This record gives sequence, C-alpha cells and structure tokens, in this order.
Amino acid sequence: MKKFSVETSLSYPKKGAMGKTGSWRVFKPILDKKKCVKCLRCWIFCPESSIHREKDDSVSIDYEFCKGCGVCANECNVKAIIMEREEAKKN
Amino acid sequence: MMRLKDFPVDECLLQGNAACPGCPATIGLRLVLKALGKKTIMVVPACCTSVIESLYPHTSFDIPVMNIAFEAAAAGASGVEASLRQQGRTDITVVAWAGDGGTYDIGLQALSGALERGTNFIYICYNNQIYSNTGIQRSGATPYAAWTTTTVGGKNELRKEMGDIILAHHIPYAAQTCISYPEDVFSKVTKAKNIKGPKYIEILAPCPPGWRFSMDKTVEMGRMAVDSGAWALWECENDKMIFNGKSKLILEKKIQRKPVEDWIKYQGRFGHLFRPQRDEKRLKAIEEYVDSLWDRYRKCYLGK
Repeated sequence: MKKFSVETSLSYPKKGAMGKTGSWRVFKPILDKKKCVKCLRCWIFCPESSIHREKDDSVSIDYEFCKGCGVCANECNVKAIIMEREEAKKN
Repeated sequence: MMRLKDFPVDECLLQGNAACPGCPATIGLRLVLKALGKKTIMVVPACCTSVIESLYPHTSFDIPVMNIAFEAAAAGASGVEASLRQQGRTDITVVAWAGDGGTYDIGLQALSGALERGTNFIYICYNNQIYSNTGIQRSGATPYAAWTTTTVGGKNELRKEMGDIILAHHIPYAAQTCISYPEDVFSKVTKAKNIKGPKYIEILAPCPPGWRFSMDKTVEMGRMAVDSGAWALWECENDKMIFNGKSKLILEKKIQRKPVEDWIKYQGRFGHLFRPQRDEKRLKAIEEYVDSLWDRYRKCYLGK
C-alpha cells in the first residue's frame, strides 16, 4: 500500500478553552443544600456542565465557569436554587 | 427507561466553551456524549457547534472531532466509517452532528446519499429552526409566521417535514426527540448506537437568542413545544412507528394538546402576532397546521 501523509491543523482538548467563562455572569445561582432533594435535574440540564455531582448524588456549583443562564434555578422543582445579582467586580 | 441517577458522570464536553448561556446544543451534546461514551468520532459541519469547539489551538471536545464544509457532514462521516471498516475497528461509533440548516437545506443531498448507501453511522440533527450561527436567518425548519432577520414580517411558508423525508429512506432507525426529555434522548441514542446501518435522530433545541426568549427558559420551551403538539416525540424502528411520552397520549386522543399559542406567546420571534393587535388569521393558521399534522399522524399510524 502506498503511504501518504496529510497535514492539518489540530486543536487539543482544554478545560476553559474560552477562558474563565464565569466572568460572563450577571446573575449567580445560589444553592440551598437543605432544600435539595438530589433529583439531579440541575445537573443533567446545566448547559455548561458547571454543576458537579458528588458520589452521594448531592450537587455543587462551579462558579469558575458557570455562565449564569439560570436553567438550573428554573428547572429546580423544590426551589433550592435561586438567582442573585452578581456583586460589582473590582477589576 | 433509564433514571437520571443511572446516567454516566463522565463529561466529554469540557467547561469554559464558547456557547451562549442557556444553549440547548450543549445540553444535547452532553446527553448524546453521555450515551455514546468516549469511543466516538464526531463529524461537525458549519453550525453553532463549530463555534462551541472554541478557538484554535484548543477545543472543548474531549473526543475526536472533524470539522467539514456545510454540505458534507454525512459524506465526511461516510468516509470516516469506511476508513474504520478498512482498519477493522468496529468498536467506534461515527456520529455526524449537524444543525437544521446543514440537514434540512444544505446537507440534505449528502445525507440522503449516506442513508441510501447504508453507511453505518448516526446522523444527529439538533434543530433550532434557524441558521443561528450566522445570525438568525430563515431555514427550511423555521415554522410559519416566525420572525428571522430574513423574514422580517414572519415567514410565509410552512416548515419542511424532515421526518417524512427520512422515513422515505426506510432506514433501520429514525427518531425525533427534544432536549427537555433527557431520558428519552438517552434511550434513543443508546438504541441507535446498538443498531447497524444508518440511523437518524433529530433533537429539538430551543435557542434563546434566536427565538427571543429568556435564557433560563430553554428546557421549559422544549417541554411546551411537545405539550402543544408543535413537536412530536417518536421513533421508527424497521418501519414500525412508536410515539413516546406525551406525544403518544396526544396521538391516541387520551389528552388534548395545549394550544400552540401557549408556546409561541413566550417567544419574541412571534411577537408581531400579538402586538400591537392580535393577528387572528395567522394564529388560526398555525393551530390548523398543527391539527392537520396530528390528523395525518393518526391516519398513517393508527389507521383512523
């Protein structure tokens, strides 16, 4: 078989390829762990995979990359997540 | 059907990508990649996902992805599949992931060809009913009377019935689903993965900037579309049609579908039908279209 090579530009996987997208946020989701019933709806619907699922199915929010869309707060059946305005950043 | 607790924890779509906040495509991608696992090669034509991949030399996908021209998603996937077959690799799933523009309009010819050749791959169309990547232009999937930047007073034509075009190819598996039903998406993708031959899955993806609604309502909008009957959940395995979830109840007339108005009144792209005064003529035409759609489904698949 004749050997040939093709040169092409390759990108490599990197977390935060567009930087810390948490800086896009205007409203911040706040989780009340006491109200949480571990239904995992926020985890499966988070467009940014910014809700981490622990071994015991409890969840935590990763503010480094969360874009603040509010899907988690809207989908939470027990209102355990509320959206609060982000405090003004000091540069 | 699988419970949310049993879904895999691994993520193949990395955080910090270039998607808009509340993007339905990333919800869909996460679900699809959870079902397919890491042994997947994805072929992506020009669409929002080529932006979600983020900037060179980095990418937010943790699986091999090939970017290709707009019209060539299915053709590219055919090539990848042929190469894998030649190397004897049968453990890898080839997926073409395209938007509705790359499926309904530009990529239709390549898709039809690949389905006809019997290529062993999954074609997934995430349908946001517009060319959202280039700035909200009308596509073949845009519904009647919807605003886009190229249909300023509302589209005059009805949307294309892509499902029927696909079913005419008599492929082993075709399905229609929506990002708001993760269990449904997961089970359909898993089923498609285990079938040999061409598979087609279409996922409705409500786009907040394109449809002009608040970004926290993405999932709710998809649910409303199914409740109103404007979108149907079905799967067709070897020419046997099955409706799923609420769509099954609507088909069998066990529940009444909600008015489409309940769905479109939350979308700015239909705002001209409500303000300054209600456009009764076009609102009636929309309801009549959805009624005729269900009548046709009942005639074809229930025999009455």
